Amino acid sequence: MSTDMSKGSAAVTLADSDFAVDRKTHDVRSAALDYWSRVRAGDLGALPAIFGMVALVVLFTALRPDTFLSERNIANLSTQALQVTVLAMGLVFVLLLGEIDLSAGVASGVSAAVMAKLIVQADQPWYVAVIAAIAVGIVIGAVIGWLVAVVRIPSFVVTLALFLGLQGITLRLIGEGGTVPVRDEVIVALANKNMPVWLGWVMAGVCAVVYAALQLRRWQQQRARGLASRPLELVVAQAAVVAAALLFGTYVLSQDRAPSPAITLAGIPWGVPLVGVLLIVCTFVLGRTAYGRHIYAVGGNAEAARRAGINVVRIRMSVFMICSGMAAVSGILAASRLNSVTPDAGAGNTLLLGVGAAVIGGTSLFGGRGKARDAVLGGLVVSIIANGLGLLGAKAYANWLITGSVLLLAASIDALARRRRATTGR
Amino acid sequence: MADNGEPVLRLTGVNKSFGPVHVLHDVDFTAYRGEVMALVGDNGAGKSTLIKSIAGIHPIDSGRIEFEGRPVQINGPRDAAALGIEVVYQDLALADNLDIVQNMFLGRERRRGMVLDEDSMEEAARETLSRLSVRTVKSVRQQVASLSGGQRQTVAIAKAALWESKVVILDEPTAALGVAQTRQVLDLVRRLADTGHAVVLISHNMNDVFEVADRITALYLGRVAAEVKRADVTHAQVVELITAGRSGDLGLHPTTAAENV
Repeated sequence: MSTDMSKGSAAVTLADSDFAVDRKTHDVRSAALDYWSRVRAGDLGALPAIFGMVALVVLFTALRPDTFLSERNIANLSTQALQVTVLAMGLVFVLLLGEIDLSAGVASGVSAAVMAKLIVQADQPWYVAVIAAIAVGIVIGAVIGWLVAVVRIPSFVVTLALFLGLQGITLRLIGEGGTVPVRDEVIVALANKNMPVWLGWVMAGVCAVVYAALQLRRWQQQRARGLASRPLELVVAQAAVVAAALLFGTYVLSQDRAPSPAITLAGIPWGVPLVGVLLIVCTFVLGRTAYGRHIYAVGGNAEAARRAGINVVRIRMSVFMICSGMAAVSGILAASRLNSVTPDAGAGNTLLLGVGAAVIGGTSLFGGRGKARDAVLGGLVVSIIANGLGLLGAKAYANWLITGSVLLLAASIDALARRRRATTGR
Repeated sequence: MADNGEPVLRLTGVNKSFGPVHVLHDVDFTAYRGEVMALVGDNGAGKSTLIKSIAGIHPIDSGRIEFEGRPVQINGPRDAAALGIEVVYQDLALADNLDIVQNMFLGRERRRGMVLDEDSMEEAARETLSRLSVRTVKSVRQQVASLSGGQRQTVAIAKAALWESKVVILDEPTAALGVAQTRQVLDLVRRLADTGHAVVLISHNMNDVFEVADRITALYLGRVAAEVKRADVTHAQVVELITAGRSGDLGLHPTTAAENV
């Protein structure tokens, strides 16, 4: 600390008028009012995703009361959501800088193709193939990042070019009309096999307890040092909601959903804890490390970040590498679900769904705002739409129209919220 | 607090050209601990170039820079920051989507291992703000986007004071502010000097200059017209120094002053 500071600190006593809000003990009512005023000012957070989810569940339950909420469909939904969630989580990093990666979907296809070829044709073990696939993703991201951050081509153009080019690579790798089957047990298990029921319960319980403990410890430390903190009731309520969601999800997925009574089929699909780990890691990186802070800073004001001594070029390059690396994981999950990789893997509406998931979850297209959890919330919403439309037997054209409209709607909410923030100074 | 001994920062005979344009001619400039040095001059007089040279954005072509009596080279912004020179730019350089604490520690976050040490940063930010008697901020966890222009300026200045800064350079800190906010910022500038910093204040506003400055350096077409104590001059004299490069027996020799016109 500075020399003047240590000299000054003895004399520093806070007047009552300083930082009135930080000093005042919050009760739930004032916190709720505060939250409501933030929402009205355009700081929507997870609200659109939660409302969307509730509305969609009500809608599809009404239209397909027998199938939509069945245990089997919910398990199906959870594996459907895996790949779009992971793709969206990578995209959050890019969107935080106000950039876009249109090639993330097809990058996942290329990576999956590399993995499948290595397993099937080069006889490599699954872990070598997975590492190679993720490395391919990271290399693609490094190329995009270099072109965007160093050469300074708009990311829209770079990734549009790669969107086309990478489809060519997948086609070359797999061959026209070809399909590479994926039969490796570990890879296939991700989306097709379930954890033992007891392990699911143990994991859900541990996660709920650890989350609550961390939140409470943080609250206690803030209180002890006289820092800004939230009311205890809210902290407890939040921990309770998280615990309830974890345990309820585990309960539903632990029911026997086998089509015939002769066998049992129950437990959490193995891909779910994988996404959970990615969520925890990404949340930690974005919220608790200097690197994450610098991503937000570059997304909020790149010039300010540069003057603060942050290496903006390196941050820009790194987010594209993270995005494409996560896209590779998403491609592996997709290959696991389909048991194969086709030449059009990751093409079509894959990217659209990923971007839609991130934006619906609350990540802004304008940069600087977003969280890793947005990908999970938005991924669920997007998957519910896809799943529900499938149950309704919607025609392909309607599917495209509806998915496109949902993305547009999410982007409109984002843009309007941003205007609202600009006028209310948030 | 003012000790009028050796200046913290002394520039002697500094020249800087951009291609054929000779922007700074043999400029001498000093800043003293505990004092506010106002840097005044018309548009294009070289104020911005001079502070950017000090900040390391435009390294100088020739001349000497001494910091606390030692000759130093400033070849980049990091050199300047390492010496303890902080610049508060006119356009503020704050990230709207971050809160006050996050902005004040941007690029120099405290951490424990890999993890950001939010608690100690929040305490230090609050301590700095209270030391500078900043009373307008409701919460240090407020997003900067929700602050008024004056509050943003306050945060930007407090950010400069947070570090082991010895010289704080303020580029037109009151240019976009209303009367009450200007008042707050000028008070803060004065307190910054009173807490032992050498403050360089760039301003077009003579009222501001005469209110807080201890000394005034007037630039005229890239040359120093005069360095004077505020108590020794009047508004009118300073305005003449800015517009004509001389005023009575103060300022440049008539032939020098006329040279570049």
